[in-house]
Amino acid sequence: MSATITSDAPVSRLDPFSERFLNDPYPPHRELRDAGPVVRLERYGIWAMARHEQVHAALNDPETFRSAAGVGLADFTKEKPFRPPSLLLEADPPEHSRARRTITGVLSPKRVRSLREAFEREAHALVERVVDQGRFDAVDEFAEAFPTKVFPDAVGVPDKGRENLMAYGNMVFNAFGPQNEIFRESAKGQDEVREWIAEMCLRENLRDGGLGADIYEHAPRHEMGPDEAALLVRSLLSAGVDTTVHGLGNAIYCFATHPDQWAAVHADPSRARAAFEEVVRFESPVQTFFRTTTRAVEVEGVTLPEGEKVLLFLAAANRDPRHWEEPDRFDVERRASGHVGFGSGIHACVGQMLARLEADVLIGALARRVEAIELDGEPELKLNNTLRGLASLPVRVHPASA
Amino acid sequence: MPAVTYVSADGAREQVELAVGTTLKDGALENGIDGIVAECGGNAMCATCHVYVDEAWIERLPERSEVEDELLESTASERTAASRLSCQIKVSDELEGLVVQLPEEQE
Ligand code: HEM
Ligand code: FES
Repeated sequence: MSATITSDAPVSRLDPFSERFLNDPYPPHRELRDAGPVVRLERYGIWAMARHEQVHAALNDPETFRSAAGVGLADFTKEKPFRPPSLLLEADPPEHSRARRTITGVLSPKRVRSLREAFEREAHALVERVVDQGRFDAVDEFAEAFPTKVFPDAVGVPDKGRENLMAYGNMVFNAFGPQNEIFRESAKGQDEVREWIAEMCLRENLRDGGLGADIYEHAPRHEMGPDEAALLVRSLLSAGVDTTVHGLGNAIYCFATHPDQWAAVHADPSRARAAFEEVVRFESPVQTFFRTTTRAVEVEGVTLPEGEKVLLFLAAANRDPRHWEEPDRFDVERRASGHVGFGSGIHACVGQMLARLEADVLIGALARRVEAIELDGEPELKLNNTLRGLASLPVRVHPASA
Repeated sequence: MPAVTYVSADGAREQVELAVGTTLKDGALENGIDGIVAECGGNAMCATCHVYVDEAWIERLPERSEVEDELLESTASERTAASRLSCQIKVSDELEGLVVQLPEEQE
């Protein structure tokens, strides 16, 4: 039956989790967008959407495109999830709503703004350090150094063991793809990492007054117990580090390769925040997420049966010429609002204001001190089934004459 | 199409006609009206699309959801009884003649 209803769909043999695709995703993104509003990916027996209109619509129709069957390739109704599912990311209403209300209460824009001063102190010190060095690795010593300090500080995680955060995030985001070599490599020797993360989610290990402790405080208001609060803390620790690190690393890469755009940010550091928005559109740290159909649904003349996995290409939507003017141009003065780099709808990133604050503060501090950024060697990608970011980015910076 | 008037913080008035179903946030952005930032793109996450609805309209608008109500606690300009998030209000025929005031600050 299903063969006849779906026969009109364009079919692609692309493997979005192959090294080849991940190394340079933009040409295959175009191919998928141009193939049609919805495309069958033969290799995995799944569907893909890569145009802005359909991606945005699917994200905003959680009744048809659910998350509780997993937002990766694995179908939780058929396969055992590799970790207990997230109460946020991998949940549908009404359960999702309770968890979401708990966390939005904790991460309100007001609360996030209150973190600015502490973030600014760290950013200032870090910028002075790299400017003194002149040449440095903008991933290790900058894009990673900042969030792995200020974020666990804000959540209230003790200092010891923080190196586990990056390893954990890398594995979690790989696990949304197939169990390929990239995933296996990142999952090696991870038992201790997972144990550390689980421990850090317990109330007794979280500093009073931090975001983690606040989750425990807010949870009962939404009928959530301590076990659920622990899982919500885990959400922050999984989703809040690698994403931001890659966002900041991609930002420095964009600036180093578009000197005129950095000049514009340097000339007016208050542009840092909007410039970061353009980075998230142009080099989206989170490239894809899956949904699962709850019923047979027609998309532009193609019927997707019930229970099918649909891969949403956020990054491809963010460069869809049907939606954006000159999408392949990195332009810090563009109005990038409307991109889906933070998702959209009920699962839209709850950490987005925190991510923006980190970027605003760090890129702003760099813009005030540094006139030009140039590549000082070949950048190296960090391949991940879901994320796009760099493993290393050697740069040289030129301080502005004081 | 219902007409909606946006009044800027310095008092300038601009009346535009908006298609039914458009949000007040999109109505402003699409017509080049300054004063709404809408950083989160209408996802009820940022509170930078804050507006004050004209007194006569406070009771006539659909009620705030819990999410909108909570987020209004985070506005950069003072919250009042007239405060709303413009991304959460969709234009309908009943809103013909609506007047909204833009705040001093959004961020
Ligand atoms: C530049 C940095 C970031 C990017 C690009 C990003 C991207 C995303 C995206 C695309 C989603 C949507 C998932 C979906 O629709 O299935 C999401 C959800 C989420 N993000 Fe972020 N994120 C970033 C930073 C953060 C930070 C700093 C935190 C923690 C404070 C965070 C916590 C979360 C959580 C908990 C969710 C799940 C929300 C839900 O399902 O209701 N993210 N993020
Ligand atoms: S646009 Fe962000 S809350 Fe309205």
